[in-house]
Amino acid sequence: MELTLWTYEGPPHVGAMRIAASMEGVHYVLHAPQGDTYADLLFTMIERRDRRPPVTYTTFQARDLGGDTAELVKRSIAEAVERFKPEALLVGESCTAELIQDQPGALAAGMDLGGIPMVSLELPAYSKKENWGAAETFYQLVRGLLKPLLPPPGSPKPDPARWRAEGRRPRVNLLGPSLLGFRCRDDVRELSTLLGGYSIDVAVVAPLGARPADLMRIPDADANVNLYPELAGPACSWLERQFGMASVGTVPIGIGATVAFLRELHSLLQLELPAELQPGADGVCEAERRSRLPWYSRSVDSTYLTGKRVFIFGDATHAIAAARIASRELGFAVVGLGSYSREQAREVRAAAAELGLEALITDDYLAVEAAMAAAAPELVLGTQMERHSAKRLGLPCAVISAPLHVQDVPARFSPQMGFEGANVIFDSWVHPLMMGLEEHLIGMFRHDFEFVEGHRSHLGEGAPPQAMPTVDDSITTTETSAAAPGGELRWSADGEAELARIPFFVRGKVRRNTEAFAKERGLAVIDGEALYEAKAHFSR
Amino acid sequence: MATLASAAPSAPVPLSGSAADLPPTLRENGQREVFCGLTSIVWLHRRMPDAFFLVVGSRTCAHLVQSAAGVMIFAEPRFGTAILGERDLAGLADANEELDRLVAQLLERRPEIRTLFLVGSCPSEVIKLDLAKAAERLNRQHLGRVTVLNYSGSGIETTFTQGEDGALQALIPLMPASGAGGASDPEQRLDQLLIVGTLADAVEERLISLFHRLGIERVASLPPRRSTELPSVGPGTRLLLAQPFLSGTARALVDRGAQLIQAPFPFGVEGSRAWMAAAAAAFGIDPQRVAEVLDPLVERSRRALEPHRQLLAGRRLFLLPDSQLEIPLARFLARECGMKLVEVGTPYLDRQLMAAELDLLPPGTQISEGQHVERQLERLRAARPDLVLCGLGLANPLEAEGMATKWSIELVFSPIHGIDQAADLAELFARSLRRRAALSFA
Repeated sequence: MELTLWTYEGPPHVGAMRIAASMEGVHYVLHAPQGDTYADLLFTMIERRDRRPPVTYTTFQARDLGGDTAELVKRSIAEAVERFKPEALLVGESCTAELIQDQPGALAAGMDLGGIPMVSLELPAYSKKENWGAAETFYQLVRGLLKPLLPPPGSPKPDPARWRAEGRRPRVNLLGPSLLGFRCRDDVRELSTLLGGYSIDVAVVAPLGARPADLMRIPDADANVNLYPELAGPACSWLERQFGMASVGTVPIGIGATVAFLRELHSLLQLELPAELQPGADGVCEAERRSRLPWYSRSVDSTYLTGKRVFIFGDATHAIAAARIASRELGFAVVGLGSYSREQAREVRAAAAELGLEALITDDYLAVEAAMAAAAPELVLGTQMERHSAKRLGLPCAVISAPLHVQDVPARFSPQMGFEGANVIFDSWVHPLMMGLEEHLIGMFRHDFEFVEGHRSHLGEGAPPQAMPTVDDSITTTETSAAAPGGELRWSADGEAELARIPFFVRGKVRRNTEAFAKERGLAVIDGEALYEAKAHFSR
Repeated sequence: MATLASAAPSAPVPLSGSAADLPPTLRENGQREVFCGLTSIVWLHRRMPDAFFLVVGSRTCAHLVQSAAGVMIFAEPRFGTAILGERDLAGLADANEELDRLVAQLLERRPEIRTLFLVGSCPSEVIKLDLAKAAERLNRQHLGRVTVLNYSGSGIETTFTQGEDGALQALIPLMPASGAGGASDPEQRLDQLLIVGTLADAVEERLISLFHRLGIERVASLPPRRSTELPSVGPGTRLLLAQPFLSGTARALVDRGAQLIQAPFPFGVEGSRAWMAAAAAAFGIDPQRVAEVLDPLVERSRRALEPHRQLLAGRRLFLLPDSQLEIPLARFLARECGMKLVEVGTPYLDRQLMAAELDLLPPGTQISEGQHVERQLERLRAARPDLVLCGLGLANPLEAEGMATKWSIELVFSPIHGIDQAADLAELFARSLRRRAALSFA
């Protein structure tokens, strides 16, 4: 049993719903009580979908439990097939139905469904979560539909360069984009255009917008692009094992990753690397000029971004990409990196280790908030929950990952991937911060009487004037109250005055360090000198 | 239910009409597109800030409550879920130990909590985890520190608003008996009006002040604003339901000696006036006095209602079953706003509690009970109403099909009760139509 006040991921059957709702011609019969129909609103409200997700719930009640719930399942399946005439049927159960063990998949297998492919989903609701459920559903659906097309054992792997012999352009599948994924709709458009520019066609995009018949065309492509490993990982490895299809594993978020992705794809397809993707004498390739991020980041106004402390938390794919962009392409200092994606914990840990950090792998948002406060960042990149935590701490924040809020499905084209994605990222991460020129001016005029500490013009919705003290309070009240019983530590007036001169975002940390230092030295009063002593002590 | 009906001897039937003019109720059985009772935590925890609601359930329960509430605005919400894991399913003894551990951890973290509701869910019901026993045990463990109660919000037993019915019933045994001399002594009995059902704080204050003006001195509310300050109940307590989904609570209070006042529910000018007048009659207050106090409000509210009525009159309304408020709302929108009722869906129909409402519905109104959502949507599409009241899962798809909609969940959170709120209530429906008319992309 685990106490949860808020959860990043829903149950695994919601992941299955994401696959069904992303596709066309698929229907999902879900053995579940009536309350579970809440999940429809994730699609109709958050994604603003103009139709209901293709899900039939059995909505069994207590009085059905004494009778024949299996009969209810069969009736629901028959009615759904009759009414919606799906091209493929998913059958599964939610947490409560799992307990009553009607085995809807087995029931469906015993029914005459008129030859519709049926995939039975077993998604353990008491141990797994949404992304796992989505990945498993996509894998089972791909596997179920492609089984009749499996090459005989011992068949040679298809050559990723066979497009040449077949006299056509190379083509790849984009696997993983789905509803309720972060900016998937726009990533697909951006990547399709990008690949088209290199004469690479996109064969199948799935699950988003695909029909079951499209999934059956997956092996016709020369390679798979594993766009969102959380969702497409298991399907891509199965396709690799069974059909010998190679996958591109680099996720093209950020300039470096986009260029690496394009190079990997060219090499895999044995395409000649175009001149614009070849590194020049300075290590920079021409293609990166398609994005404004590299120049904007080099421009003088961005000098102020140097070493800005950034805390990152999200799904594994977006968190790892964000860490790379933040540290290499924007010159930030990453002071925290974590993810709720336990399935990809290894990759997140590796990315954190590269930055000299220990990854935070948790689904407890309060632990994330505590880590955020302790890291004293100047910018937070996270999910909608980190946006709220950051707001409480008076920190600017940009959202980089699911779970989604309706705001994360913008009307405008707003990808994360490719060169346009890098433009979007530059704007959305940098705008919450003070611009360089502005920071300079505030530094210059900070002693004028008009200057109010806490003024940050780009935080329109954000911090009210008292937000800065909140940062302090949230850190120091807990810390000092913890320290209080031990010794009678006191700050002198000049000690407080010196402390006030320290920038707000590190003030909490300095206060804590100084108090620890003072206790260690047995000081009763912390004055200005003690603060400088402590500063010198900790800077060693 | 027989006791319930007979326990209201002083209740006048306020307005004439006849439920007999209604065609047979359409009873449907199929997929229900309704939230479960856990949803009520969303408003109950705001009403009682010293209470914590701990759902004992699955990740689905946690996800439902946070999706319905949009809880990300809270630092630490006063509700949470004890998510059952595989090990808890394997052995119930362990599940109980785990629950005790979690509750201890929670109370340590939230020392301000005075009442802890253990809320049963579909999975906890199915594995027969006895939360009543757990509450007893935890009460002993945390004696004097917190009161632990339990009720079920499970979707196999309750719909959406019924969760509040369960939560209030859990509180009833803790309500002190009113009147020192006990039930038998009429001299000692405490005359009080008990308003039952969560109201917005401002609306509650307004209604209480109006009851004072009418001459009813003692007015109490259930649920109270502090979970520890429960009103008393006993003979002399007149029970007035502010919400139409509290059948079990009404029965349990009647069992404690309260008299149920039969009245329409306080939606719209007419319903709210009749609701207050019924209470006044139960206290023997002169109808002349009622008219003096309420008629100026009625007059003012009718004026405020008029612009919305003009927009809504003649428009066709289809109400899908969701919050259980459908019948009173249909009555208000038909009688006071002139809307034509295509179908009035309700998750379940409690004829006793709805008696006064059913009498007021226009003859020929089609009521449907339960749901087969696909068939209902077929009827809806065939009827092409001007406005649909429905849940969040259906609103955008219906808008995309060209039908104006109003979310039912908003009505549970908004201050819509009472004579003074009638125009605001109508405005919520008129806004959907007004907005459609205001948009132009030509």
